[in-house]
Amino acid sequence: MAEHVSLVIVSHSPLVAEGTADMVRQMVGAEVRVAWTGGNPDGGLGTDMMKILAAIDEVYSEAGVAILVDLGGAETNSEMAVEMQPPERRGRIVICNAPIVEGAVMAAAEAAGGGSLEAVRATAEELSP
Amino acid sequence: MSPERRSSIEWANLIEACAAAIEREAEQLTALDQAIGDGDHGLNLRRGFQALREQKAELAALPLGQFLQKAGMTLVMKVGGASGPLYGSLFMAMGKAAPSEVNGGRVDGRAVAAMLAAGIAAVKARGKSEAGEKTMLDVLVPVHERLQAELAAGSGRLALLQALAASAEAAAAATKPLLATKGRASFLGERSIGHVDPGAHSSALLVATLCDQLAGA
Repeated sequence: MAEHVSLVIVSHSPLVAEGTADMVRQMVGAEVRVAWTGGNPDGGLGTDMMKILAAIDEVYSEAGVAILVDLGGAETNSEMAVEMQPPERRGRIVICNAPIVEGAVMAAAEAAGGGSLEAVRATAEELSP
Repeated sequence: MSPERRSSIEWANLIEACAAAIEREAEQLTALDQAIGDGDHGLNLRRGFQALREQKAELAALPLGQFLQKAGMTLVMKVGGASGPLYGSLFMAMGKAAPSEVNGGRVDGRAVAAMLAAGIAAVKARGKSEAGEKTMLDVLVPVHERLQAELAAGSGRLALLQALAASAEAAAAATKPLLATKGRASFLGERSIGHVDPGAHSSALLVATLCDQLAGA
């Protein structure tokens, strides 16, 4: 069976990240692997590059990984995490410019249907003005 | 005293001075960030520089390039927020551009200018930003320009360091009337006008602290 694109949800709030992952599982099902992370290294609101690296590792798929982020630091920390990947992985991980909750659900629906990484990203990004 | 020993002492002192300055100004940085951001800049930087302080002996024993790259990675891992990757990218790029041979901890002004140029390019790429958008670049870019101008004018070391510290502080203050178009403050639109940018303030604080330390070294 071909692997599906996986999702990583990165929010400043662990509650938002976990809730988004819950919505994906309920609306799309468990065939798309979803990892989530939120909170700064002290456990407050924010993001943590090390936790993003761990989330990518948890669900990494040869088909690719689409990352959904909320605000500035989530994006910059995710970019750092992508750059820290070995070269063979780097091109298979994208950050979607999309609203985190709606983007995650739409991306997961596309991934569940066997969509390519580019298709998954494009589907999520259709939600951005 | 061997050059290596002397340089390692100086670099540890620089880390200590920066960490102390961030600690001292943390509340002010947070207050600035509460006005136009999400209010975590002081806390975030304090956590990052506290981590550098804890590693200072280990960091200062490294060659300059490795020292800056490792310090940058620590900031990425510890600061959180967008400022972690931004300051981290600055330090890491400066480290990559550092001269491999550093004599007695003293780096030539032109080498520093080249390192800073590399650091600024990394911050621009990471933040997808340019000067004039009410960010840390509004301090780093004028400081770099001033450094080049002072070097071209053949200024003495002490005068140059004083000029850089003054230009950093003036540049941070000059972010007050700017309209933020990047970062969290850009969400506020016109309401970002009238506040000093927290990232510009922390950048100026670090530049001024480093210049003061180096002037006394």
